Amino acid sequence: MLTDADRPAPTPGHPFAPVPYRVRAVATETPDTTTIVIEPWGTRRIGRTQPGQFVMLYAFGIGESPIGVAGGHPDGQLVHTVRNAGKVTGALGRLTPGDTVGVRGPYGHGWPIGEAKGRDILIVAGGLGLPPLRPLVYELFARRESYGRVEIIYGARTPKDLVYYDEIQTWRRRNDLRLQVTVDAAGREWYGDVGVVTTRIPDARFETGRTTAFLCGPEIMMRMTAQALVARGLAPEAIWVSMERNMKCAVGFCGHCQFGPSFVCRDGPVLRYDRVQHLLSLREV
Amino acid sequence: MVRAEVGDRRILSRSAFPELFHALTEAGYQVIGPTVRDGAIVYDRLRSVADLPEGWTDRQGAGQYRLERRNDAALFGYTVGPASWKKFLFPARERLWTATKEEGGFSVRAEPVEGPPLAFFGMRACELAALGVTDRVFQGGPVADPGYSARRARVLRIAVQCGQSGGTCFCVSMGTGPGVRAGADLVLTEILTHGPHRFLLEVASEAGAAVVGRIPSALAAAGAEDTERAEAIVAATAASMGRTMPTEGLPELLRGNLAHPRWEDVARRCLSCTNCTMVCPTCFCSSHEEVPDLDGRTVERWRHWDSCFNLAFTELHGQSVRKSGLSRYRQWLTHKLGTWHEQFGTSGCVGCGRCITWCPVGIDLTAEVAAIRATPGAVTPKAGGKT
Repeated sequence: MLTDADRPAPTPGHPFAPVPYRVRAVATETPDTTTIVIEPWGTRRIGRTQPGQFVMLYAFGIGESPIGVAGGHPDGQLVHTVRNAGKVTGALGRLTPGDTVGVRGPYGHGWPIGEAKGRDILIVAGGLGLPPLRPLVYELFARRESYGRVEIIYGARTPKDLVYYDEIQTWRRRNDLRLQVTVDAAGREWYGDVGVVTTRIPDARFETGRTTAFLCGPEIMMRMTAQALVARGLAPEAIWVSMERNMKCAVGFCGHCQFGPSFVCRDGPVLRYDRVQHLLSLREV
Repeated sequence: MVRAEVGDRRILSRSAFPELFHALTEAGYQVIGPTVRDGAIVYDRLRSVADLPEGWTDRQGAGQYRLERRNDAALFGYTVGPASWKKFLFPARERLWTATKEEGGFSVRAEPVEGPPLAFFGMRACELAALGVTDRVFQGGPVADPGYSARRARVLRIAVQCGQSGGTCFCVSMGTGPGVRAGADLVLTEILTHGPHRFLLEVASEAGAAVVGRIPSALAAAGAEDTERAEAIVAATAASMGRTMPTEGLPELLRGNLAHPRWEDVARRCLSCTNCTMVCPTCFCSSHEEVPDLDGRTVERWRHWDSCFNLAFTELHGQSVRKSGLSRYRQWLTHKLGTWHEQFGTSGCVGCGRCITWCPVGIDLTAEVAAIRATPGAVTPKAGGKT
C-alpha cells in the first residue's frame, strides 16, 4: 500500500474548491455510459494521478460525484467513464466538447502496482469496474518486462454493456496478455463466453504463490470472485478490491463512505481483501 | 498587569466573579456559555454573568430532561444540555465557497472564515475531551478542514469541573472526567459550602494566564484546604455517575458481534430520528449541497450536518447501502465505540450521556453494549452472512 508520503498531493488550496477543466472529447460507450477526456482550462491543474485513484467531478450548478480515473496523461489530460446513475452523473454524461467541468483530487490509495512487481497479475473487472483498472493495464503494458503472466477477465451484463470495446480488440491481439471476455446473457450475435466472471476463474492461468489479483466491479461480483480465487488457493492477502461508497468530501470529513474502520475515500478505494473480507460477507455495512 | 503563571491557583469570590467575565470581553473575546432557553440549558452568546443559569439544575434520564430550581445560587449546578460546543467550530450550516460562471469556465472563491476570538465559558471535562476528538477528526489527517481550523485557533477554553453528575453521565467509564486533566486554558471549581460562595481558579495555559493577569485585585490566594475542597467535589461527582460502561475490549467485542441479535432488538425501538447524532459532541458527519442562484451564473456550496441514521446517507446508484434501521444503528454504535479507535486513536464517546437523554424512546447505549457483552458470539441469521 502507498504511504501518505508516496501519494501525490491533492489539489492545493481550499480542499473543497474544484479546479476548472475543459471537455476535449466525448465518446459514447453504451446507451447510458460516456467517456470524457478533459484538460486543464486555466493554469491550475490537479496533481498527477495514480492508477486506481479517483477524483471528484463537478457539474456546475448541479454538484459533485466521485469518479474513478480511467486515464491520466503527463500533459494534464484526464479520462473518465461515467454511467448516468443520477443528477450529477447524468449532467456529466451530457457534456460536449468545449464545456467546462470542475475537478478536485486525486484522492485515495490506488492499485499497489509496485508491490506486485515480478508477480503474475490477474485482473477481474465487472461492468463499470473496468475504467478504474484501465490505467493499471497500461502501466503493466508500459513495464511489461517487470511482471510475469498477465490475465484479464472482463464481464458485463450483455455485449452492449461492454465498455472500451474497440480498445479491448487491440488488447486481444497482444501475445503477452491473456484476455477473457464474458457476458451474463447474450443473443445469437455473441460468439464469446456467456456467464458471470466467476465462471471464468477455473480457466484462468495463474500460479497461486506468485499471483496478485486486482478486482473491481459490483460488490457481489468482487465478493464471489475473491471467494473463487481463495478456493483456487490464492491467499486473501494477494487480492485487492476497489470499494465504492457515497461520498461528499473525499477527504475523510463527511463520514458517508465509511466501510467498517475504513474511509473509502482516504484508506481506499483499493483495499486488501483479507482486511475487509469479514465486512464483505455482511449485509448493509 | 500582574503576571500570572501556568499552574497558579487562586480564589475568585462570587462577588468578584463578573470581573473574570469583564476581563474576557476586554481582552476581545466573545463569551459563549450556558444559559436557560426553552426549558433547557444551552450554549449561546452571553452578555453578562446574569445570563448564566443561576440557581438552576437539570434532572436527566433516558429520554428525560427537566430543569429544576436549586435551593442555592450555584452558577454551574447542572451537567450538560442538548447543545454542545461543536456548533461554534463546525456550524450546522456553513457556506464553503461561491462559484461564478466566466467566459469558458468558472472561478471559485473560498468562503473567508472571520469572527472574533471566542471564550468557551463553562466547558465540562467531557466536553474538553470531545473537543480533543473533533480536533483529531478535522485537523489530525493529511488535510485540515479550513473552517474548523480557523475557528478553533481563536478559542479560549474555560472549564468548570462538575459539582454533580447527571442521571445519564458516564465520563468516569470513558476516562474523560469529571476532573479536568488537560486541554483547558482556565479551570474553575465552584465551591458552595464551607465558607462563602467562591471558585477555585487554576491557570492552565499562557492564554489563560493573560486573562487572569488582567484581574489581580479580584483574586485571593488559594490555600491547601481550597484545593482539597475542589478535589473532594470532583471525587463526589465521580462517585455518583448515573451510568457505567466498561470499556475493556469494547472495539473487539463490537467487531466480533456484528450479527448479534441485540441489533434487531434495538432496531425495533430506534426511530432513526437522528437526535443522538445531533446532540453528540463528536458526531461529525455532513453533506454538501449545491445552491444555484436564479440566474444560473452563481452557485454556492453549503455544508450541513448529516447523520448516519438518514436513509439517503449511503445512497449509491439510487439505492441505500444501509436500508434497515438495524444497519444504521449498528453503524452508529460500532463507529462511535469501536472503529473510531482505528480511525482516530480514541473512542468517539466521551460519556456525556446526551444520546441517552435526548433519545425520544430512551435507548441507552450503555445498556445495548451490556446486552451484547452478556451474550457475546450470539448470531441472528437475519443479520448474518450473505452467502
